[in-house]
Amino acid sequence: MTQTAPHATGAFVEDPDAPEYSAYGGDWSEIADEAERLGQQRIVVNMGPQHPSTHGVLRVMLEIEGETVTETRAGIGYLHTGIEKNMEYRTWTQGVTFCTRMDYVASMSQELVYCLGVEKLLGITDDVPERANVLRVLMAELTRIGSHLVAVGTGGNEMGATTVMTTAFVAREDTFRVIEMISGLRTNNAYIRPGGVAQDAPEGAVQAIRDMIPKVRQKLDELADLQLENPIFKGRLKGVANLDLAGCMALGITGPILRSAGLPYDLRKSDPYCGYETYDFQVPTSTDGDAYSRVVLRMEECYESLKIVEQCADRLEASEGEPVMVADKKVAWPAQLSVGSDGQGNSLDHIRHIMGESMEALIHHFKLVTEGFKVPAGQVYSAIEGPKGLLGVHLVSDGGTKPWRAHFRDPGFNNLQALGILTEGGQVADVVVAIATIDMVLGGVDR
Amino acid sequence: MSDSQDLTGTGAPQGGPQPGDRDQITLINVRQGSFGALGDTSGFDGLTKPVQMPGASERPYGEWFDGVVDVLEELLGDKAAEAIQHVVVDRGELTLHIAREHLLEVAQHLRDDQDLRFEMCLGVSGVHYPADAGRELHAVYPMQSITHNRRLRLEVAVSEEDPHVPSIVSVYPMNNWHERETWDFFGIVFDGHPSLARIEMPDDWVGHPQRKDYPLGGIPVEYKGAEIPSPDNRRQYR
Repeated sequence: MTQTAPHATGAFVEDPDAPEYSAYGGDWSEIADEAERLGQQRIVVNMGPQHPSTHGVLRVMLEIEGETVTETRAGIGYLHTGIEKNMEYRTWTQGVTFCTRMDYVASMSQELVYCLGVEKLLGITDDVPERANVLRVLMAELTRIGSHLVAVGTGGNEMGATTVMTTAFVAREDTFRVIEMISGLRTNNAYIRPGGVAQDAPEGAVQAIRDMIPKVRQKLDELADLQLENPIFKGRLKGVANLDLAGCMALGITGPILRSAGLPYDLRKSDPYCGYETYDFQVPTSTDGDAYSRVVLRMEECYESLKIVEQCADRLEASEGEPVMVADKKVAWPAQLSVGSDGQGNSLDHIRHIMGESMEALIHHFKLVTEGFKVPAGQVYSAIEGPKGLLGVHLVSDGGTKPWRAHFRDPGFNNLQALGILTEGGQVADVVVAIATIDMVLGGVDR
Repeated sequence: MSDSQDLTGTGAPQGGPQPGDRDQITLINVRQGSFGALGDTSGFDGLTKPVQMPGASERPYGEWFDGVVDVLEELLGDKAAEAIQHVVVDRGELTLHIAREHLLEVAQHLRDDQDLRFEMCLGVSGVHYPADAGRELHAVYPMQSITHNRRLRLEVAVSEEDPHVPSIVSVYPMNNWHERETWDFFGIVFDGHPSLARIEMPDDWVGHPQRKDYPLGGIPVEYKGAEIPSPDNRRQYR
């Protein structure tokens, strides 16, 4: 390893005599005057690593001339948590609790792609019960709505419109109430498990979904009314942060950014999983390729997702009482949770069975929970349409109870590469808009 | 140890793939004992069990796989036999093991030929197989064709002593950060990359953290007088 790596996060300008200024919000006019007095033509601005408009901890290095950005570099890694490495030391089931924490705004999409990968390795993809697939689609779509609402809401906030954020977050909270009712948690759910889902939807869930839909739709209408015809909003976003189809293809961009450039590429249509081919929904596209069209697309996708959620509610009603986990007891999580007087815990029926009735059931429960199930050796790639684009996972098994390697292709990681092309030549203020419409979450980018 | 060898019962060759053995491509791991390496109480410490990746497939491969391999072989001409080392079809997925000298050319054909048209490379995933002598580090490239709606995988294996793989950023610019990440975590050097800098770890970090010989770095936790070791030091079930 004699190669000397260039510094990615090192000094942008290798000049010890270059004057440095620090600013923490507020008025920069003194600094600007001082820089002007010194006659510096080339100014490098370091945005972050803790800039509030960066969806996590991102460092953006900008070289500017006046208000124009001449070069942009993104420095990432500040939220690297070693999740992929950690997963190699936990069972296949425990892996769900890790990958759900990567992109914390789209938790369940990651659980879904991981579980689809594990099921492919096990060869049980077709054994997953229908009701489990409906619950998975429901969760994936609620997650998509939540993720898009955060994208639109924080994007508005970053441009100075706090109401956009609060409205979006209220709607997101409505989706969370349903998610919490079914999975027990608002985010980082660990609900989708290899073989199915952790537990069935409780009584009243279908009604809760049906009550939620008009509330979210009304908030979406409100957001659309607030933003889409607003002259300031249009002035800030129209024709800003352009990326055409050729640029998208070169940079491997997927998700709403690719669809804003005119390609209707959506894995839910082109490579359906979990029965997406049986749902009725559209894939909205645009040919403008600018920041405004991406916001419009995210809003439209939310409406489409609500249509899918509605269909999920009907199917849940029709499939009441059907299993939500594969029948194979060597893979299926042994216990079902239930709500007791002291909170959520193991179902009392199950405890009675393993503690009072069957020694073998106790052994089986213990072995499956502590040791886990073995997955035959091999490798697979599974991909789904996450809210932010193509979300993929490469899984390698050595035939044991733990992954040999788990690697996630986070769409944000890939899409963030476009930051340079989106911002160079534009205004400094538009960098914030560009970051908002890429919509990456640094937890997922850095993993 | 001679006794223990009889206990394996697998009949598989010991210590990695033998030369000329086309069926065994990648030795994932060599397991010892019936539990982990630490504190096996089962008395079967002597058990040795090599675990192999699914081996090479024979024609016909099925689905669209034959067509893609045919087109690629035709485009590569004389170099085809040398470039495409193995073709593996497993779990409905096609994996092409490519010799690193020909990776760039294969990538170019995959992207540009109208019958292949794999427009997107979905990154590169490094995998470390310390037991696979001479082929310890693997770079795995999932390729996606939007036109034909297909996905295949390229796999390039190199040794730890010579961890050089040509960069395909000139063909797939989207792979820029992905290759930096794999350099950062596995130490695979992508020759020809425009700026192969660390991306997740700090610039001055020593080592490549996702290699198998790099410790997880957990610390033991004490709870009510009992010490619970970190995950990588616990007795492991396999």
